[in-house]
Amino acid sequence: MSVNGQPASEPQKSTSSAGQAVAAMPQLRAAVVVGGNRIPFARTGGAYAKSSNQDMLTAALDGLIARFGLQDERIGEVAAGAVLKHSRDFNLTREAVLGSALSAETPAYDLQQACATGLETVLGLANKIKLGQIDSAIAGGVDSASDAPIAVSEGLREVLLDLNRAKTLPQRLKILGRLRPKDLAPDAPNTGEPRTGLSMGEHQALTTAQWKVTREDQDELAFKSHRNLAAAYDAGFFDDLLTPYRGLSKDSNLRADTSLEKLATLKPVFGKNLGSEATMTAGNSTPLTDGASTVLLASEEWADAHDLPKLAAVVDGEAAAVDFVHGKDGLLMAPAFAVPRLLARNGLTLDDFDFFEIHEAFAGTVLSTLAAWEDEEFGRTRLGLDGAFGSIDRSKLNVHGSSLAAGHPFAATGGRIVASLAKMLHTKGQVDGRPARGLISICAAGGQGVVAILEAR
Amino acid sequence: MTDKYTQFVSRGLGKDIAKRLGLPLPVVLRRHQPGYPLVDGPVLVQGSTSGADELASTLLDWNLDVRRHAVPKEKLGAIILVLDELAHPEDLEKPVLVAAASLRDLSAHARVLTVSRTSASAPDPASAAARQGVEGMLRSLAKELRAGATGNGVLLADGAGTTSPSTLGALRFLLSGRSAFVDGQFLTVSSGAGQLPDDAEKPLAGKVAVVTGAARGIGAAIARTLYRDGATLVLVDIPAAGDHLAQVANEVHGTALQLDISRADAGRRIIDHAVERHGRLDIVIHNAGITRDKLLANMDQGRWNSVIAVNIAAQLRINEALLASEHFRNSPRIVSVASTSGIAGNRGQTNYAASKGGVMGMVRATAPLIAGQGGSINAVAPGFIETDMTARIPFATREVARRLNSLQQGGRPDDVAEAIAFLASDAAGGISGEVLRVCGQNLVGA
Repeated sequence: MSVNGQPASEPQKSTSSAGQAVAAMPQLRAAVVVGGNRIPFARTGGAYAKSSNQDMLTAALDGLIARFGLQDERIGEVAAGAVLKHSRDFNLTREAVLGSALSAETPAYDLQQACATGLETVLGLANKIKLGQIDSAIAGGVDSASDAPIAVSEGLREVLLDLNRAKTLPQRLKILGRLRPKDLAPDAPNTGEPRTGLSMGEHQALTTAQWKVTREDQDELAFKSHRNLAAAYDAGFFDDLLTPYRGLSKDSNLRADTSLEKLATLKPVFGKNLGSEATMTAGNSTPLTDGASTVLLASEEWADAHDLPKLAAVVDGEAAAVDFVHGKDGLLMAPAFAVPRLLARNGLTLDDFDFFEIHEAFAGTVLSTLAAWEDEEFGRTRLGLDGAFGSIDRSKLNVHGSSLAAGHPFAATGGRIVASLAKMLHTKGQVDGRPARGLISICAAGGQGVVAILEAR
Repeated sequence: MTDKYTQFVSRGLGKDIAKRLGLPLPVVLRRHQPGYPLVDGPVLVQGSTSGADELASTLLDWNLDVRRHAVPKEKLGAIILVLDELAHPEDLEKPVLVAAASLRDLSAHARVLTVSRTSASAPDPASAAARQGVEGMLRSLAKELRAGATGNGVLLADGAGTTSPSTLGALRFLLSGRSAFVDGQFLTVSSGAGQLPDDAEKPLAGKVAVVTGAARGIGAAIARTLYRDGATLVLVDIPAAGDHLAQVANEVHGTALQLDISRADAGRRIIDHAVERHGRLDIVIHNAGITRDKLLANMDQGRWNSVIAVNIAAQLRINEALLASEHFRNSPRIVSVASTSGIAGNRGQTNYAASKGGVMGMVRATAPLIAGQGGSINAVAPGFIETDMTARIPFATREVARRLNSLQQGGRPDDVAEAIAFLASDAAGGISGEVLRVCGQNLVGA
């Protein structure tokens, strides 16, 4: 496949308007993944309970710098973000860069797109590289549910702000008199959707039930995630993708010894009021997690000039959003729409991929998405196709484990997946005379999703 | 890093009390820093052979303040006793007793160095006796020196002279603060191979060096020292030590390679990383090592095997890959970390001492294999070094262990690193198959 998103493989299967627009663009250069680094992910309140987002992002950056010898290097741009963010972290990424071994002349910006943050930093920076605006970049993400910001209540906040504006003592006393005991309760963040009041798990429970995903299938996906991740650690797969942090050298959520029987004993935690049987447990849902990840991106010329590897090209990406507020689609179903659009633009089908990295927010999310793609009616009515979008070879899905086992520090998941997939593609090399190809799909709060295609180098 | 006792007795009241009580009087040693002079004060080159003359004139070229005869009452930075033409033990008397007259004029941190010939290559019993007599004399003298002064020697094999590159390289190392904790030791120069550096402050400029076990302790010190000397570094340690490894790598502008060296493909991965990222591979420092101490009566298979696997089997396998590689043919250098435990033995360390004794055997037997490529392989055997590992030894045992040497203190990781950096340099090309002890002339062992 060429660098501007036009397929090299024939025949072209789509001539959407977007595809024609891309074809009309001038030839762009490639943006490649050089490698990545993350710290092990830790369950909330565990090893990183006292670590801030800035600490963790800096540690992930420093490990990347050490792996690729980037000390004092001026990188074109660094972009990262966090979903749960303190107001003091308004320049989180730049502060992490300043605390790292990179040149202090490396610019940085923060980005936030819920759980898609990490993947979106990769796509945005890759586009800048393709356009020739920068030659190198580091994408990343971090999240701490342990060190989460706690805000004061709206009532107390208004009083404090008015107090600041007051000029006389009587004015101040009058304002203070407005305070009520309930105003003193802190306001902690939660994963609830502001427009529905439902937590992400409750939303997914609706979707899981809608697509009739069974408890057994969810547990099996969770079991495979743990088994695959444990096998990847044993094989040394993460030796050049991960740097230990605060005593952890593996993801603390990983249960290498889990079994389908153990998973089957867990009680449902979401969807208990739906009437139908509740199927979502702590075992087939991701726990709150702390962690950080980074990905080194570059033009091919920059990678060559620095004697650095080129693992995979960032081919193309697509974002989508659904109207979950009115119940038209499930909260986490946006990738079900983004992937068909992305593949159509690139003239590809699900059969053209060697690896699928579908973020396991919940086992039900992955299985609902796959069910939608296999559903004729969904294909016809929602995707505008002749029938079902297609099905995937399950043996190509999350082959080294995913979020159910590794955990999911929201903004860090994209970097974890991109770096791992790039390494897998590079190792795979060529398939049937074409570079190995991988698909990434990440759902996000607010009914959003971002998906991308990587191709082996 | 200097221990508290040494700090206490180094000056003022503490020094006075220790003197009156006859307690050990360790001093803070002179250690090399970039820009420091090679030696503090004039260098007396004692000896009347042509080898002595040539050496003296070379030292003059280094802008040292060279004396051929002692000036009464003048403080000396070093005495170099050139004894390269001894035929009989009776020949020792004159040069040794002349030098003896100057011993009281040695300044603190001075050096007494001998340059003599190896007894193994002696043509007859009398010259062999004379040559080996030098070793006994020097080792005893080293124990008599005080105030951070040390005594060491260079032994010349047939084919090496007093001004061979590695003789000069060894003398530079032994004169300097780089050898602060090397005492009572001999370095054998076996050939005229080797080359002195263009820039004495950057003897490793342009070289790519791999250091295993680089995340902490002696390995991290080796990385810092090789970096100071101009090398580009690849730092290796097990994945679980990756965070410390990254810190060291970022400090010395190197690349971190998280790799268990006992993996079968470790050698290939090290070579590939060095060549792909840095274009070449010149130096490999086998530092990674573990201890699993237990009395032999209580030893189990796991403890025994893991120590052998990491400390010696991995080195053998990596060396095989290095010697077979086309990328390790340009005057390559291998330096292994051995241990005085492997020489003198240490209670509870049968497995460790077996592995470290193994390192010394490996080095000796590998020397001829690497010589064809202009290469060399040597080992450095540290004695009591102040590290996180020795800090865990119980207080009383530790206090005894660190005083039981001529310098009456533990060495620093930097001291081991300095010896390794010297043996890894071009100047050490004529030294191979040797074990250099960095132990402050430990009273146990050879």
